[in-house]
Amino acid sequence: MNLEQLSLTEISKKISNHEVSSVEVTENLIRHIEKTEPALHSFITVTADLALDAARKFDEMNIKGESFLLGGVPIAIKDLLCTKNIKTTCASRMLENFVPPYTATAVEKIEQAGGIIIGKTNMDEFAMGSSTETSYFGKTRNPWDLDCVPGGSSGGSASSVAAHQAYAALGSDTGGSIRQPAAFCGIVGLKPTYGMVSRFGLIAFASSLDQVGPMTKTVEDAALLMNVLSGYDSKDSTSAQVPISDFVMPLKKNLKGMKIGVPKEFFIDGMDLEVKASIEKAITQLEQLGCTMIPVSLPHTKYSLSVYYIIAPAEASSNLGRYDGVRYGLRTPGDNLNQMYEKTRSSGFGAEVKRRIMLGTYTLSSGYYDAYYLKAMKVRRLIKSEFDQVFQKVDCLVTPTTPTPAFRFGEKTQNPLSMYLADIFTISINIAGVPAISIPCGFSKNKPIGLQLIGKPFEESTILQVAYQYEQSTLSNQLKPNLKKIEEFSKNEL
Amino acid sequence: MDLSYAEVRYIAKLARLELSEKEVESYTAQLSTVLEYMQQLDELNLKDVEPLTHVFQMQNVFREDKVAMSLPQKQILQNGPEVQSGHFKVPQIL
Repeated sequence: MNLEQLSLTEISKKISNHEVSSVEVTENLIRHIEKTEPALHSFITVTADLALDAARKFDEMNIKGESFLLGGVPIAIKDLLCTKNIKTTCASRMLENFVPPYTATAVEKIEQAGGIIIGKTNMDEFAMGSSTETSYFGKTRNPWDLDCVPGGSSGGSASSVAAHQAYAALGSDTGGSIRQPAAFCGIVGLKPTYGMVSRFGLIAFASSLDQVGPMTKTVEDAALLMNVLSGYDSKDSTSAQVPISDFVMPLKKNLKGMKIGVPKEFFIDGMDLEVKASIEKAITQLEQLGCTMIPVSLPHTKYSLSVYYIIAPAEASSNLGRYDGVRYGLRTPGDNLNQMYEKTRSSGFGAEVKRRIMLGTYTLSSGYYDAYYLKAMKVRRLIKSEFDQVFQKVDCLVTPTTPTPAFRFGEKTQNPLSMYLADIFTISINIAGVPAISIPCGFSKNKPIGLQLIGKPFEESTILQVAYQYEQSTLSNQLKPNLKKIEEFSKNEL
Repeated sequence: MDLSYAEVRYIAKLARLELSEKEVESYTAQLSTVLEYMQQLDELNLKDVEPLTHVFQMQNVFREDKVAMSLPQKQILQNGPEVQSGHFKVPQIL
């Protein structure tokens, strides 16, 4: 097997055992990126030289026998996590030339654990989108079907992992932006509990919903990355002070006695039939592994999209107020200060970002605050309480990650509401702040399908354990996209 | 819920966005559709429901008021579009 196709856990073992050096692994990966990137465009920036320098340094330390969790393994970072001295664009013209003077805590932890940054991945502009089509730097292709979107907003992170351009990637998830692209690209994506991973240095979209998390080839890799990423950070005032224990060891426990809820609201009319069949098959498989399935109801789920599209744009309109052309980012000159603000923001933001700023400004504006924002925060409480109640009866929940597999480019760009509906099964999880993971569970017309497991707050261990046992019993992650086809496509792009 | 052309112009002004005629037209239609969808919340009785601002009831987070390392001025200014003598320069305000 080619080196790039190994999992994060496998390659880090090989490096720490001195079977292969970090430089060899990194050089091999850079060659693989060169062969596949023209077709996929997973990255906004590939940091090949910096990665090789870091790999050389790591190999020197590795000789001394120090032990690192991510020893010398190249990892991709979504381009909204600040990286000191490496351009961080948020896929926006506004930050096209922004070079952060500091590094996000999540990235710092990757580096401290011996991980190597291989590049910054493409995404929807300011993480606003479900297809990576709103990126200022062009679209990313789905490695499984080059005519389809990789999902979004962490589309570049998902495609890079699926096509073995990185051993793992960091993404961020505000309404499904880790799980939906993970499902579309046939990989594992975990959105941790709100507060579990520091948001310091994550360029803010909707601060009460945003969370950083791992996107990986296997469940064990996701658990390994959670060991690195989790924990309190005094630089993030919403960081949770909870004890963190090892996520890898508990994976091996069997599922006997596990109670899993099946919320009926996640099995809707209009769902892709093969998605429905795959999820039902997965549920049967979980029963065979010793789990008891319990039908449950989360009746306010249908309101979550409305709540989300009030709260997230409202927070975004406030968070994005900082892009005024004064301290960083683009400036478009104007005759006076107000004109400079307006010209800067109008030329720096793309259509979807402007649409959401408009929506958020409207729902927060005087006269409409009570009708929209306040109402949304009340329904948010109802949604959260519903999860609390259900979790008194079950250990976790199982649902599809998305109602359909990856869609084609342009299919949903003309109708924003149809694009928003792509996140219908992932959004309520962010509203309630609970953790959820998407894992591969089958195919619809050769495109991957995602199974979503939703857990109790700060009990990532449970959903990781269920996900791992399912993955091991089905080998659901063994099929890989056709790399030869991607390489052929790349040659024609050049 | 139909937004008017004038309302969209007004929101754009609040958001400091300069929109073209075409943008105003498309946002008027698109935002109206989205707001109409949100009307579904009106069917809920929310009279006695407290708004939820934070998912895990956190109190004010305090820290000791201690001097710590912060970024040097040069790095703070490195991304400034226009910088002069240690300041960010902006167009005339008054």
